[in-house]
Amino acid sequence: MSAETLEKAIAKKPAEALFSKRRRKLVTDPLIDDNPITIQVLGICSALAVTTQMKPTLVMAISVIFVVAMSNFVISVMRNTIPSRVRIIVQLAVVATLVTLVSEVLKAFAYDMYKELSVFIGLIITNCIVMGRLEAFALGNKPYDSVLDGLGSALGYSWIILTVAFFRELWGSGSVFGLPIFEYVSSLFGPDFKLATNGLMVSPVGAFIILGLIIWVQRTKTGYVEH
Amino acid sequence: MELFSLGIRSIFIDNMIFAYFLGMCSFLAVSKKVSTALGLGAAVIFVLSVTTPVNWLLNEFVLKEGALTWASADLATIDLTFLRFIMFIAIIAAMVQLVEMVVEKFAPALYGQLGIFLPLIAVNCAILGGSLFMAQRDYTFAESAVYGFGSGTGFFLAIVALAAIREKLKYSHVPNGLKGLGITMLLTGLMGLAFMSFMGIDL
Repeated sequence: MSAETLEKAIAKKPAEALFSKRRRKLVTDPLIDDNPITIQVLGICSALAVTTQMKPTLVMAISVIFVVAMSNFVISVMRNTIPSRVRIIVQLAVVATLVTLVSEVLKAFAYDMYKELSVFIGLIITNCIVMGRLEAFALGNKPYDSVLDGLGSALGYSWIILTVAFFRELWGSGSVFGLPIFEYVSSLFGPDFKLATNGLMVSPVGAFIILGLIIWVQRTKTGYVEH
Repeated sequence: MELFSLGIRSIFIDNMIFAYFLGMCSFLAVSKKVSTALGLGAAVIFVLSVTTPVNWLLNEFVLKEGALTWASADLATIDLTFLRFIMFIAIIAAMVQLVEMVVEKFAPALYGQLGIFLPLIAVNCAILGGSLFMAQRDYTFAESAVYGFGSGTGFFLAIVALAAIREKLKYSHVPNGLKGLGITMLLTGLMGLAFMSFMGIDL
């Protein structure tokens, strides 16, 4: 009897929609309320160094999105076969392979970008977001959910570093994506008018201060208080 | 003399935290108390001074283009540079494990103090960053050893200084949204400004 009812129960349960409410939450939660950078304090390590300009930041963001989503998928597929004692090494091996893939692709198709990002592509391996999502989510969930979770976290990370890069490039070099905004605005006000750029924004100090201010704004909005 | 100036450079001017943002995660997470910051800083100095020269050997004799010539002349054209990430991280994980075992055996008191921080060092960006910078800048063996020790010391200084400031910070009024991470980032920025003053020094 039990086997039969069990079968019925399984058959009765409808398949979850591809974008059900729970799954959408997986993606949207880390964007604001549970942001990996501003709330969980993860992944600040390697990313800030590339935020002096928008373009390398965008490449970095795309690379991180790829690595987090793919490594979540791979680890989630293998989750039942990995012995828990060696899981860190297995995770590192998977992540390092994916990062090598990204770096080889960049080397082949965007060599200038590869030169500019230099060691920071390699440092995605030790980005805490990657390991954090693997440990916290991929090891205990199905592949599709894990990919969504990875996407969410990586997107939350991306918009923060893109915002930092936007302000640093605008105030530091007077441009956005290489477009000379400051020059254009200055020319509107006559030949003697010139908007000054702030060299501090290009230096690491600018990144710390901008990120600190973004965190302030974001946490005031969400009402999150650290104790 | 050149080695000495490289050491000074890596401690103050090319500081891991203030110039390259490496090791930020543990820098922010473990800087609430001076005593734990001292422990983590010491562990980072130790692991960086060991892994950087070891990775240099690996890079020089296995991974670089033509590095395998010592094994056989046929292997002179092989370039294994693309294996760099995976080999470096494997060496780092193995060295951290080894260091942990040695410390546990010969200095149990220190082992107890370091606790969870030792294994966590394997995923500290500063360690992998040290090795990658070493490979990128074509250091010699002696230089890589000095660089490893110097950047570890830079990390140590930064984390202990931040921990000391954060201990004082407990007694000040910080706006709610800025508490914790926010004020720490601003503080780090100001400390970075202070460290920038070393940039003019020409050694």
